[in-house]
Amino acid sequence: MCRRLPVPRTPLLPRPTSPPPMRTALLYILPWDFSPTVLLVCLVSAVAYARGLKALHARGEATGFWPPLAFYLGLALDYVVLQTYFDYLAQHMFWIHRLQHLVLHHLAALLLVLAAPAHVMQEGVPPAWRARAGTLFRERKSLAWMPWTAQRLFRIVQNPLVAPLLFVGLIFFWLTPSIHFAAMLDVNRYRTMNWGMAVDGILFWWLMLAPRTAQRSVAIGYPVRILIVSLVALPQILLGAYIALHGTVLFDVYAICGRAWAISPLTDQQIGGLLTWIPAAMMSGVAMLVILRRLLAEEAQRGAAPPRLAQPANRGV
Amino acid sequence: MPSIRRGAAGLLALCWALASCGTSAPPFALQNVTGLLPRLKFQLTDQDDRLVTADDYRGKVVLLYFGYTHCPDACPTTLATLATALRSLGPDAAKMQVLFVTVDPQRDTAAVLKSYVGFFGPQFAGLRGDDAELTALSKRYRIAYHLEPPDRNGNYAVDHSSAIFIFDGTGRVRLLGNEGDGAQKIAQDLRRLAAA
Repeated sequence: MCRRLPVPRTPLLPRPTSPPPMRTALLYILPWDFSPTVLLVCLVSAVAYARGLKALHARGEATGFWPPLAFYLGLALDYVVLQTYFDYLAQHMFWIHRLQHLVLHHLAALLLVLAAPAHVMQEGVPPAWRARAGTLFRERKSLAWMPWTAQRLFRIVQNPLVAPLLFVGLIFFWLTPSIHFAAMLDVNRYRTMNWGMAVDGILFWWLMLAPRTAQRSVAIGYPVRILIVSLVALPQILLGAYIALHGTVLFDVYAICGRAWAISPLTDQQIGGLLTWIPAAMMSGVAMLVILRRLLAEEAQRGAAPPRLAQPANRGV
Repeated sequence: MPSIRRGAAGLLALCWALASCGTSAPPFALQNVTGLLPRLKFQLTDQDDRLVTADDYRGKVVLLYFGYTHCPDACPTTLATLATALRSLGPDAAKMQVLFVTVDPQRDTAAVLKSYVGFFGPQFAGLRGDDAELTALSKRYRIAYHLEPPDRNGNYAVDHSSAIFIFDGTGRVRLLGNEGDGAQKIAQDLRRLAAA
């Protein structure tokens, strides 16, 4: 990397003037690699949710304050890390790439799942469209395979053994140095990787955190879920620690293609490893608290004596 | 739990399927990136201030490298390594074209580029472009560069990629190397691309 003071060979020209502030601001906000799919998915989801909220309010149904906030925050986070200048930084700095995946696979996914937006979004779809989609898939024989396949696929990825293996497996897969190298060069692989992370995050946290009453075909008992979320933390801790404490550079693509700013390759790798290690594993802790809360709420509803943990005296409130 | 048993059976089948599709060893000394990056395409001006596009270099094995002439270390050593590799090719060297794209077009005028690339050999061309052209090319090949803050005298360094992208005669991307690969390995792979 060229960083030492250069010896001028020609009469010095002034340093290129930086672009005007307006253009700089646009550079940060406008998509680095414009993806119509990301824009469309985010926009349609946001509009459907907003319309759903309005419809529910009109009927006098409460939607609460936190679910809409969690939904829009999760959606905005996904959009920002995929479609702004952040994406450029993620392509050219390992630790920002890890931060991007932390958002896609953990944070935003968790927020979207906690908002449980499906019901509200469904309300947001115009009734005529809903009816037409229903008849389309029911009556057209050529299209009947689509919902059937989707349901089968959903069952497979929501299998209590497949879901955690997929969740952890995707992290290990894309961090395999040779696969990582190809993903950071090839646009299609890069997009597949990021979409996979976002979708798998939602699927996994939905399976772990949704109230049992909201899950239809697949539902796992709360104690098993606690076991699963604690088990998925372990390999993430090991992998994160391995990357953070590794003495040599594992991912050379950033040096070859250039980093977003001057930083030592090992420092970059260490921060990236720490991000894979600590906040990712902490999400399992957060998830455990949510599951525990669901468990207690369900017990209380059933009229059973709530466990001692739930008694105010023990919570120190 | 039957669902767990079913999941385990499916996973075993998947492992077996993955294990049975073997991968052949990479035949090149440099990193094979065939198909990972788009075809060679650009519109820039060369050291003689002529407008050039990728089509002007069709039929030649193209080595694309980003740098700047004030670069104190990486660029001269990389270009010298490439010059050594080309010299060892003998007559095949005529089928090679090195494109040195400057990431500092402000200081690297056509004249500066001409004297700089001329030093390394006849197969070396120096290309420059405006902001939009350079951004398009750097996005296309996913490279990053940025200017460091200038010192008291107004001198500044530019941080940039170390990649040498190698395209075959049809403009298809084939290999990715850098100076660390050494002239011998680079020459060995270039000979194979020239023969193809």
